[in-house]
Amino acid sequence: MSEVSAWSAALPAAVPERRAAPSALAVARLMLERDLRLAFRKASQLIQPLAFFVIVTTLFPLAVTPSLPELRRIAPGVVWAAALLSSLLALEFLFRDDAQDGTLEQFALSGRALTGLLVAKTAAHWLLTGLPLALMAPIAGAALGVPQAAMPGILASVGLGTVTLSLIGAVGAALTMGLRRSGALLSLLTLPLVIPVLIFGARATQLAIKGESYSAPLLLLAALAVLATTLAPLAATAAVHINLE
Amino acid sequence: MTWTWFHRLASPPYLYRTAGRLIAWFAWPAAILIVAGLIGGLWLAPPDYQQGDAYRIIYVHAPSAWLSLMMYGVMGIAGGIGLIWRIKAAHALAASAAPIGASFALVTLVTGSLWGKPMWGTYWAWDPRLTSELFLLLLYLGYMGLRAAFEDLQRADRASAVLAVVGLVDVPIVHYSVVWWNSLHQGALVFIGRKAMPPSMLIPLMVMFLGFTLYSVAVLLMRLRAEVLNRERTARWVREEVGA
Repeated sequence: MSEVSAWSAALPAAVPERRAAPSALAVARLMLERDLRLAFRKASQLIQPLAFFVIVTTLFPLAVTPSLPELRRIAPGVVWAAALLSSLLALEFLFRDDAQDGTLEQFALSGRALTGLLVAKTAAHWLLTGLPLALMAPIAGAALGVPQAAMPGILASVGLGTVTLSLIGAVGAALTMGLRRSGALLSLLTLPLVIPVLIFGARATQLAIKGESYSAPLLLLAALAVLATTLAPLAATAAVHINLE
Repeated sequence: MTWTWFHRLASPPYLYRTAGRLIAWFAWPAAILIVAGLIGGLWLAPPDYQQGDAYRIIYVHAPSAWLSLMMYGVMGIAGGIGLIWRIKAAHALAASAAPIGASFALVTLVTGSLWGKPMWGTYWAWDPRLTSELFLLLLYLGYMGLRAAFEDLQRADRASAVLAVVGLVDVPIVHYSVVWWNSLHQGALVFIGRKAMPPSMLIPLMVMFLGFTLYSVAVLLMRLRAEVLNRERTARWVREEVGA
């Protein structure tokens, strides 16, 4: 119930003139606001990926070694594998609720370009999982003995990398949104596609920890993000249409 | 040039019969070429001065690797054609190509690791080619898993086609990022494909490449026929065809 009211409550405020159709940008902003508002009303879904990220990074000192020099060596891999899995965990909910209660169908029928709405939804997803993960990663890094100087590198690489993860993940989530128990399948679809993000992200983190310049892998991450921004929403739109047919 | 021959292929009975007629034209040359290639590669070609007889696994390994990639291309392009022009026959072709490509990817990995044991001293090394072949296999498994997860055939066709097209764009990126990843860590391993091969080794390899390609076209056509029959199992022409 609260979801319906959140959507309708947002409408009159941002659309003062009922006759004139709101611009695509205004619609996208409404969508973003709505998704953020809904997410904050279900705070547990917001916290779970972050808690998962913390748990996964805690496993390594316990399973491998508590010695900080050793942990510092494996820290890039640990942080990135944990970030990848956490962002995957949150993906399942990206379209699930909207698909189940028919909201997504209404969006598709609204006469608005669905791609713009999906971009807004994906942006909301990044703000809710990618950005918190990027802020959390330096803290996890500190626990793994990563020096202070490497923190901007970790923040930037996880922040940029999760943009691509959200976008490609949105394609996987859109493909599997109609299926029950899609978690394992979603991982199988998405993980092989996002390997480049893992490689360049972990590389940037590793260079940052060593105190070297990490701009090359960071630029490659940015290139991947640009490419994904251009192409992934189109694929996600096609996938949503297929599942709504 | 008229395109009627192409459009007629979209009709299931016509496709079924055409595929049936074509199989023999691919299967027999494939059998002859593979036998010839195996004789040439396993008996006539001299042993390698460094690797001895162990290199001979390349006569199976390299053509399999090539076909595991080519089948992904077939799958992605057929899926894209099916998606854009809504041709069911193209979707059937994509569905038939996936298990073949996955099998070739598996054969590539198994033969590669069997070769790796005597050469590298280990069954598995994090070599870029091995790693990206593994991801290719996982992409095939994801494609087939997605296809199997839908109950509605049309939805399975179209959703898996989107995945195949996305994969087609992503496969080169994954491959090159894996290559860069490893080249940052260690030097390139010696690959026999890179060096110039003497004709006595190279000709059997080329024969095997051609033989494997023709073989997989034949298998693709067989699978396509089975796929078309299964999809059209309620149609009258199928009942007439199988005489039930």
